[in-house]
Amino acid sequence: MKNPLDSIVGTIISGLVLTVVLYFFTTNFLMKAALG
Amino acid sequence: MELIIDRWLHVLAGITWIGLLYYFNFVQAVAMPKIKADGNAAAVTKHIAPLALRWFRFAALVTWLTGAYYLERSGIGLVNAFLLKGTAAPIGLGAWLGTIMFLNVWGIIWPNQKKVLGLVEATDEQKAKAGRLAFLASRTNTMLSIPMLFFMITSTSAHGLPKIF
Repeated sequence: MKNPLDSIVGTIISGLVLTVVLYFFTTNFLMKAALG
Repeated sequence: MELIIDRWLHVLAGITWIGLLYYFNFVQAVAMPKIKADGNAAAVTKHIAPLALRWFRFAALVTWLTGAYYLERSGIGLVNAFLLKGTAAPIGLGAWLGTIMFLNVWGIIWPNQKKVLGLVEATDEQKAKAGRLAFLASRTNTMLSIPMLFFMITSTSAHGLPKIF
């Protein structure tokens, strides 16, 4: 399998996917206790 | 007032750091094979890259220090942010991503670029290995900069931004 970081498009898509994953991780797990 | 100046410096240094990161990834790395084919590689490796790398790594240092200072003095708390505690979690995640990127710059990219640029002794095999490692660390930082900037700008509701956390 090709490393996505070898291409600029692959790097940007990986960054966008990671953003979405971390956003849902933050709102659903990390912030849940703080938000009640 | 001190926090305003600190935050201003943080953004100035951050733009310098990430701007140069994008220059390396979107311009220099793409153009380098053509520059080499034209026989002009030395102009980049001897003059442009070392200077750009100096601004790059010191901008990373200033960005990290001013960010850490801001977290501690603004009431968020450096420890709260890095422990991802409650409402400090979004900016803490941004701080973690920024810290990983900062360590990448000083711990992986710079030591390996020194070999590639001939600033320290290395065999051709070591140079090739160092080049690949520096490239992947730089691309990793480019990837991480996307969520890092997202968490940096969305963890505050200033300037009319809707609260999403």
